[in-house]
Amino acid sequence: MEYMLVLFSDPKPLFAMKPEEMEKMAGAYYAFTQALQNEKALVDSRRLKIAAEATTVSLDNGKSKVVNGPYIETKEELAGYYLIDVPDLDAALKWAARCPTAAHGHVEVRPIWPMPG
Amino acid sequence: MDRGGEETRAAAETVARRSYGKLVAFLAARTRDVAAAEDALADAFAAALAHWPQRGVPDNPEAWLMAAAKRKTIDAHRAAKRGNEAAPHLAMMAEELATPTDIQADIPDERLKLLFACAHPAIDESVRAPLMLQTVLGFDAAAIASAFLVSPAAMSQRLVRAKTRIRESGIPFRVPEHEDLPERLPPVLDAIYAAYAEGWSDPMGTDTARREMATEAIWLGRLAAMLLPGQAEALGLLALMLHSEARRAARRDASGAFVPLSEQDTGLWDGTMMTEAEALLRRAAAMNAIGRFQLEAAVQSAHAIRCLKGTADWAAIVTLYDALWRMTASPVIAINRAIAIAETQGPRAGLAALDVLDAAALSQYQPYWSARAHLLARSGARGQARDAYDRAIGLEIDPAVRRFLQARQAALAADPAP
Repeated sequence: MEYMLVLFSDPKPLFAMKPEEMEKMAGAYYAFTQALQNEKALVDSRRLKIAAEATTVSLDNGKSKVVNGPYIETKEELAGYYLIDVPDLDAALKWAARCPTAAHGHVEVRPIWPMPG
Repeated sequence: MDRGGEETRAAAETVARRSYGKLVAFLAARTRDVAAAEDALADAFAAALAHWPQRGVPDNPEAWLMAAAKRKTIDAHRAAKRGNEAAPHLAMMAEELATPTDIQADIPDERLKLLFACAHPAIDESVRAPLMLQTVLGFDAAAIASAFLVSPAAMSQRLVRAKTRIRESGIPFRVPEHEDLPERLPPVLDAIYAAYAEGWSDPMGTDTARREMATEAIWLGRLAAMLLPGQAEALGLLALMLHSEARRAARRDASGAFVPLSEQDTGLWDGTMMTEAEALLRRAAAMNAIGRFQLEAAVQSAHAIRCLKGTADWAAIVTLYDALWRMTASPVIAINRAIAIAETQGPRAGLAALDVLDAAALSQYQPYWSARAHLLARSGARGQARDAYDRAIGLEIDPAVRRFLQARQAALAADPAP
């Protein structure tokens, strides 16, 4: 089954990080991604720029309405995702617990809607 | 129906439940679709309940149910095809049902996997016990709802949602790896105990659904203990339930009045159940993996000593509650610990032990107030005891217990002043 590990974290501590701390964190994510690849569980993964860089669009009476910023403002914001393919929820939960985000933020595990064909 | 007929019906129903659960587990373990497995078997189960009491339970009940389910599923599959409906689940189910007929005598027992799926951490805690009762034992939503004091509609909805969640979120039908058991077994045991506790709260046994629920929860406990013989806590849970169940007949007198544990006639306690409980506890203790259920069962064991020595081993009970209190920090444990301390060190020490609790958080909790009232009365603080009894009486739901508390309160006034 495919799952998305949806990563939520607070970006503020990132701004205050020293270069060596930043490097350590990047290393942890690199190791996690490698582990997923080695187990042939990784489908795709991306990191997002901070939510302050987001622009939100909706249609209001057929007219596009553009708002500066994310749809939902939260302390811990959507920061990225891992799309994984594993046998079941238990396997997905184990990967989620190993993800570095789980240590300083939250990882939401969502099953992917299967498309026919 | 005469008594003999009633017994035959009950026996047939028990066998049907056992076989039903085995078949639901077998089918759902492959498709992860509990609802579809239940649908496939629902008519077969109903047919068994209609036929077996009269014609007798067949030699191989599982094969009988499987054959009946197969006929119904094939019918449904045909009907769906005619209706131009793509019915992939029915097709898969028909295939699954067709497979084991060749090995009719031996359907693999996947019920433990089903128990772990029902008590998965991703399933809402409150629905785990009901889900087990329905999928493993075939109780209908209405019977479960009445035991859990929820409306049948609400219970049905919760059960449907939980089954959808098992399928959609990919909850596995698997016995967890050994290293994951410490985390995953407790919710299974907790849910079995919750099912037992719901059945236990009808000590008169007048409510058939509840009495059956307690019996069936013990059976689930037996299943877990049998399938996980190396797990001390699984044995501990079964021992705890057997010790409690052994006292069922003693918990009410002939007129239906509530009899507290300290005043029960030990002659009415079931010796067979207590002996089995003791043997289980010894086996568990040899595994050196102490846990909540073994400690609670050991408390009951220290009460059961009354049968032999005429008095409970209160010193042991205090030690056990000390350990439980450190392990769980549960107010229920703290209250029982305070009562035990009062037995060994007097009521004032018991009251002092109650004072460690957050009284505000327990202001709506009946056992807190009845324990307080009991200890205050013993310490001679009659005015405070009377007030505490008022609180306890106001919070009690069971009329027999309420009458018991009222009698205790009235006895305060009758006592000559100290």
